[in-house]
Amino acid sequence: MIYRLRKIRIAGEIPPMQNTRNILETIQMIQQENLDIRTITMGISLLDCCAEDIGRSCDKIYEKITRLAEKLVVTGEAISKEYGIPIINKRIAVTPVAMLLASSGGDPIRYAKTLERAAQAVGVNFLGGYSALVHKGFAAGDEALIRSIPEALSVTEHVCSSVNIGSTKAGIHMDAVRLMGHIIKQAALLTQANNCMGAAKLVVFCNAPEDNPFMAGAFHGAGEPDCVINVGVSGPGVVRSALQKIPEGDLSDVADTVKKTAFKITRMGQLVATEAAKRLGVPFGIVDLSLAPTPAVGDSVAHILEEMGLESCGAYGTTAALALLNDAVKKGGTMASSHVGGLSGAFIPVTEDAGMVAAVRCGSLSLEKLEAMTAVCSVGLDMIVVPGDTSQEILAAILADEAAIGMVNNKTTAVRLIPAIGKGVGEELNFGGLLGAGPVMHVNTASPAKFIARGGRIPAPIHSLRN
Amino acid sequence: MRAVITVVGKDMVGILAAVSAACAEQNVNVAEVSQSILQDMFCMIMLVDVSACKMPLAAFSDYMRELGQKRALQIHVMHEDVFEAMHSI
Repeated sequence: MIYRLRKIRIAGEIPPMQNTRNILETIQMIQQENLDIRTITMGISLLDCCAEDIGRSCDKIYEKITRLAEKLVVTGEAISKEYGIPIINKRIAVTPVAMLLASSGGDPIRYAKTLERAAQAVGVNFLGGYSALVHKGFAAGDEALIRSIPEALSVTEHVCSSVNIGSTKAGIHMDAVRLMGHIIKQAALLTQANNCMGAAKLVVFCNAPEDNPFMAGAFHGAGEPDCVINVGVSGPGVVRSALQKIPEGDLSDVADTVKKTAFKITRMGQLVATEAAKRLGVPFGIVDLSLAPTPAVGDSVAHILEEMGLESCGAYGTTAALALLNDAVKKGGTMASSHVGGLSGAFIPVTEDAGMVAAVRCGSLSLEKLEAMTAVCSVGLDMIVVPGDTSQEILAAILADEAAIGMVNNKTTAVRLIPAIGKGVGEELNFGGLLGAGPVMHVNTASPAKFIARGGRIPAPIHSLRN
Repeated sequence: MRAVITVVGKDMVGILAAVSAACAEQNVNVAEVSQSILQDMFCMIMLVDVSACKMPLAAFSDYMRELGQKRALQIHVMHEDVFEAMHSI
């Protein structure tokens, strides 16, 4: 029985304390349900670092990043302590490097090494933006940068890379898709000794957002301000435990509960974002509402779907449950933040989600089901380990399928496939940390080689003509 | 600026005294206290004013956590704005 021994109120004008239940709920979310701010990401424009000489360009990049992000990590840690909220990652996103390479020329690896040096100097967890936007074709610098990605990811530790190969407005650039099939394979080959980690730091997008704070796909778009703070929240554990309290509720109750929980989670993200922006003297950009899982027990999106009543993630009903979850997260989160952006929805990375990994191991979750799920959630085929002997044409064809889903549905799709070199179905890759571990999944080996070899562009869909 | 201190642990003599003494030592004023005991678990929530605290809030948070560790208690200090943000529109 709970009883109060004493309740003392000092007289005066001090407003009353929040009610005890609210306070305990917040503490429980943080201590037991893994609620955290996943990332504070500083977006930095490198457009003014562009010089005709690559050496000069690199010096300016290093100077600008280390100047603007000098206090990013300490500020993040101070906010984390004062507010009592864990902030897991501090990251940087920069202008797609291909834009700088266009005017400087030279060996793009020098940019990768400069970014790595800058990332280490300021102590961030990841730095994204070794990227190219080629959804309609290759401009100067684009192809050279893309071809350097495997080496860049093998000689750096913190640099992340992304390539946008399609959009609803432009269609899908199939020459780039074909090239990316090859690049993914090479990225895995060059980092074979390190669990093929190169491929885990490379994302292929359709409709890439310019303000996404999440890695590996973060970059600082050309329309963004000089410097900006974007924040990504997390909290699958909180949503799941809220649903545990309504085992008999119908799906309207489920959606309402998710909405209310997403509101609370996002309010915390908004608070941290505005505070970080204020302290760093940088404008606040957006809060990304994504439910991002981690390999930790109790921090899984798959377990939310199972809490809704599925025996295992991947069972029929999974796509419907995910559609409900994704929509309710957005509805709750939008109200809680002044500016929403990035990917904003539910993430379904396989190796980063203990429930997804379990579902793959028990045979309930297949690559085909995951593809269907990507049509209704915020990203695409994410952190999926495929057999090391998967051909580059098949990898390219998987990219094309995902890009088609993104293009037709006006949504972002991001693909992060890791060919496990030297391993087959059922064996495991273990990346450690937030990237997790997972089994190699079965891939349909019927050949799409001729289709991929055609190249060219898939035209934009009719509903891209909205003017 | 105000903060919320939560203290959870096995009930024993002197918890309230130790926590409030630590606050007083750092010039932190206790504004409100709510305390309950569930079976033998002690659970206390304190609203404190940290405007005149001798150390920055981040350091005070560490200081209180260490105090908790010495006495096998979980002591958590959070800025009051977190609760305002989460539980009010």
